[in-house]
Amino acid sequence: MRYMLLLHYPEMGTDVIGEEAIAAGQAAFASYAAALQAAGALIAAEVLKPSQATTTITHQDGVPRIQDGPFADTKEQLGGVFIIEAAHLDAAMDWAAKAPSAQWGAVEIRPVATHTVAGVWTP
Amino acid sequence: MIEAGDEARRTAAHAARASFGRLVSLLAAANGDIAGAEDAVGGALEQALRTWPSAGVPANPEGWLLTVARNRQRDVWKSAANRTRSDRDLGEVPVPLDDLDPEDIGDRRLGLMFACAHPAIDPAVRTLLMLQAVLGFTTADIAAAYGQTPAAVAKRLVRAKHRIRETGIPFSIPDRPAAPARMQAVLEAVYGCFAIAWHDADGRSHQEPDSMAGEALYLAEILAELLEAEAEAWSLAALIAFSLSRAAARSGPFIPLEEQDPQRWDQGLIRTGEAYLRRAGMLGGPPGRFQLEAAMQAVHSARVHGAGVDWAALKTLAQALVVVAPSLGSRIALAAIIGRVDGAEAGLLILDALPPEAGRLAAFHATRGDLLARCGRIEEASQAFTLAAEREKDPAAARHLRLRSRG
Repeated sequence: MRYMLLLHYPEMGTDVIGEEAIAAGQAAFASYAAALQAAGALIAAEVLKPSQATTTITHQDGVPRIQDGPFADTKEQLGGVFIIEAAHLDAAMDWAAKAPSAQWGAVEIRPVATHTVAGVWTP
Repeated sequence: MIEAGDEARRTAAHAARASFGRLVSLLAAANGDIAGAEDAVGGALEQALRTWPSAGVPANPEGWLLTVARNRQRDVWKSAANRTRSDRDLGEVPVPLDDLDPEDIGDRRLGLMFACAHPAIDPAVRTLLMLQAVLGFTTADIAAAYGQTPAAVAKRLVRAKHRIRETGIPFSIPDRPAAPARMQAVLEAVYGCFAIAWHDADGRSHQEPDSMAGEALYLAEILAELLEAEAEAWSLAALIAFSLSRAAARSGPFIPLEEQDPQRWDQGLIRTGEAYLRRAGMLGGPPGRFQLEAAMQAVHSARVHGAGVDWAALKTLAQALVVVAPSLGSRIALAAIIGRVDGAEAGLLILDALPPEAGRLAAFHATRGDLLARCGRIEEASQAFTLAAEREKDPAAARHLRLRSRG
């Protein structure tokens, strides 16, 4: 089965946690991605820029409304996603538990319903 | 009284439940769809009831049921595929069950039990799922035992089964290191089947066909046989057997365990409980929660052999239980036993040290009342029994507590 791991965590910049912690986090994510890749489980991964960089668009009465900032202004923000292939939920849970950000945030595991292959929806 | 006809019906009911669980676990494991598997197996059983009386029972009844259930499931898939695919694709409908051998069904119920008690499933619904998927109890049966409306129970079951399928919960035995925690959840869900069935049993014999408490023992026995080397599984089966042995003594007015006439207990079940507990003991390792609880029940059951209650042994076991499985319940039980071994004041000291939420439990006030009465503090004892009666859910036990509150 295909699962998306959604990484939510409080956004902490270099000024809060320091260069060293940022570098350690990046190293941890590098080995995590390598481990997923080596297991043949990694489909794709994206780490997002801080939510300050988000622009949100909604339509109100047919008029696009542009908002500076994320859709939900919460302490934890979506910081990245991993799309993985896992035999079942237990395997996906194992990978989720190993995500470095599980140490400082929440990892949501969502089964994928459908995805595109060369632009065509595929179950 | 169990008569020959009852015995036959009980055997038939057991066989039907066993087949139901084995077949559902097999079909559901193929695609995670418990509800679909239950429908297919239920339909096959209905078809068997219609055709077997005239055509005769096939040589391999379970194989026959599997074949019929599989065909029914395939029909459902094809018609679902019909709605979503174009005609030229129809030949490619995947039939994941074709490689199942009707001659060699095996037993995959353990995998189904692990799916029902998966950590991603609400703990409150795990027991309900097992009663339905593994034992084949209807939503109406379960609703009656839980004192809920069938609609409410159906809603929770449908949601949980949907979740198992959609999230990809596996029908397998988890790998280490997750295994011990996952097994504990399975044991607790099976114990939950018993606890709820016991509440419902109201003195009915576990041998009555369809007795839910009797089926909970059967479920614990399946689990023990499948987990073979797991002391806690055998201990849980022992604990349920010991408790069930006193079902007859529960009919009529409430009688506290110590005052029950051991001659009214079911000696066969006590022997069963003792055998399971011995088996657990032989497996070695530090005793777990169920082994300690079963051992405490064995001490009480030993009265059937003419012995008195060995309070010193109970104290040792209760002290261990408080360490292994700390809970308000186990600490209240320890207080009652300490009160017998070391004097009522010593027991009261333990109760006084419990956090305030213990006051919500009937057992806390009942034990307190008993210990106060033993100290001669009659007025306070009476108040404690009144508080206990107000919190007791079992009507017969509540009547007993009200009687004691009057001294």
